[in-house]
Amino acid sequence: MAQLTYREAIAQAIIEEMARDPRVILLGEDVGKFGGAMAATKGVYDAFGQERVIDTPISEAAIIGAGLGAALTGMRPVVEIMFIDFTACCMDQIANQVAKARYMLGGQVTVPLVIRTQGGAGKSYAAQHSQSLESWFAHVPGLKVVAPATPAAAKGLLKAAIRIDDPVLFIEHKLLYAEKGDVPDSSEYVLPIGQAEVVRTGKDVTVAAYSRQLVFALEAAELLADKGCDCEVLDLRTLSPLDMAAVLESLEKTGRLVVVEEGSRSFGVGAEVSARVMEEGFDLLEAPVTRVAALDTPIPFAPVLEGAVIPNRDTIAAAVESMFVKG
Amino acid sequence: MKPDNHQLVEMLRQMLRIRRFEENLYQLYLARRIPGMSPHLSVGQEAVAVGVCQALRQQDYLLTTHRGHGHVLAKGADMNRMMAEIMGKETGYCHGRGGSMHIADVALNILGANGIVGGGLPIAVGAGLSAKCRGADAVTVCFFGDGASNIGAFHESLNMASVLRLPVVWVCENNKYALSTRIESVLSGASVAARAQSYAMPGHAVDGNDVLAVYEKAVEAVSRARGGHGPSLIEADTYRWYGHGASDNRSYRTREEENEWKKKCPIEKFKTRVLSAEIATEEEIGELEAAAEEEVQAAIRFADASPLPDPEGVMKHVFSKS
Repeated sequence: MAQLTYREAIAQAIIEEMARDPRVILLGEDVGKFGGAMAATKGVYDAFGQERVIDTPISEAAIIGAGLGAALTGMRPVVEIMFIDFTACCMDQIANQVAKARYMLGGQVTVPLVIRTQGGAGKSYAAQHSQSLESWFAHVPGLKVVAPATPAAAKGLLKAAIRIDDPVLFIEHKLLYAEKGDVPDSSEYVLPIGQAEVVRTGKDVTVAAYSRQLVFALEAAELLADKGCDCEVLDLRTLSPLDMAAVLESLEKTGRLVVVEEGSRSFGVGAEVSARVMEEGFDLLEAPVTRVAALDTPIPFAPVLEGAVIPNRDTIAAAVESMFVKG
Repeated sequence: MKPDNHQLVEMLRQMLRIRRFEENLYQLYLARRIPGMSPHLSVGQEAVAVGVCQALRQQDYLLTTHRGHGHVLAKGADMNRMMAEIMGKETGYCHGRGGSMHIADVALNILGANGIVGGGLPIAVGAGLSAKCRGADAVTVCFFGDGASNIGAFHESLNMASVLRLPVVWVCENNKYALSTRIESVLSGASVAARAQSYAMPGHAVDGNDVLAVYEKAVEAVSRARGGHGPSLIEADTYRWYGHGASDNRSYRTREEENEWKKKCPIEKFKTRVLSAEIATEEEIGELEAAAEEEVQAAIRFADASPLPDPEGVMKHVFSKS
């Protein structure tokens, strides 16, 4: 076990997988010699050089397409889109090509491609550099969408993403990169995609969250514990496919569910989880599902405005409490 | 590297196969025997498909457009499986999940036709990158149209293939129209081949209706790529006899213009050459035509007799283990 930062865990996962399998290559803007704009690929270029680590032009469509074409012809690429906001520049390649290639071709190919990106607000990076767009991609059949909250999960899930034969959108969070956590040393530490994890057991309410909001959910749970409310906190980890079994198992204990996300409220992750709970676990509910999400606005620049838009420990705690006020 | 007589006859045979396939497809479409959007027919453009594909080996990769039947046939795709796919049958290349615009034969390194204008160019960069990484002796050919030379992905892809020195050959079929839009009104600089210079690669303009001229340029570009010298761009001047789709009323062009281009039919031009060089007789050519037609008819019978895909299996192939 080692104490690593989230960004170190990501680099470690990439280095381990590239050492293990010569078909794994890394592409993206500034990922090589510079070590990545978020310093998440530091050391990879030194380990593997320009044959396997490619610093690309600013060409998001070509970056994704290059990843796809290589994945179709025997490689296992990891490509980076520097900010998830920039996926808008390559949406054809992601949604129309990568996600659909296997299906449209009737199973003649697999697409073992990982698209790493990062999103999230809280640094006043403003509207075009702060989004949480996981819902866009969870809505596209053929893609898997993963959003780790801790260094260990980042390592384990990234290794899994590289090893599976399906395209994965791996969404990091810009405010998690410096966070430290225990990370198993093993180069075989691989977490299953599609599996959520209970990170705090409790009996009164299930708080399902992911990525940075998981940190706030745990903080809210501590606050609420002092008030006598015992939260079970569930780290969703994978958004598509959702681990509904884990949600329902927790709901069976608690009867109440709060879903927390950093994406905007309308048509988001909470909406999907709510609908699924209605379909698959209606009888388990003692109250309607509550969603905590960003307001339906572009992310503002000024810290005081940004803070009013995105969820935090206090808004999560307030949402949980509101489920009990009405009894 | 001049083709011998055997290869010349083969070029004619391949062009005839494409012509018969596409003409029959038009009739099938009119008879409402093909589901979905009208097929995008490549009648008139056969010399580009055959001239380029004759310069390729089986291990080379091919990407193409929504108007890709000719390219796919010229690289060796099976007519039965193509026809079945276009008719949405289980025996089609993609088990009915793709249709005309997504035909692929991955075993032959045909990575697919594409329904998005410019969609295949970034993928071609990837195939080229993959070959380079693996040290594989594989060139990637990417077909696209004059319209696609304006999409962002064209510029990104040519630039990236150039800076990474990838073994890719970019082949633009300039058939003068992007649906109804005349190319002169939307192409700054007037020439697609001239854009090659901006991306530090050779650009060749060629008569796309002269199969040997296309072949010569293709051989040069493929050889350059295979030798590790990077990509090239070929702009082939040609014309599509049908509209964008088969039911397009072609109001944007004149019947005079169409007839002028029909006089430059790539098949008739090549037939004349073959006959006057006494490489084949009228009778032999007639046999090739009859064989091509029979091959298409057999494919139609195969497709008609094939089962529809089972809706119970509709979720199959979304992911790798499904």
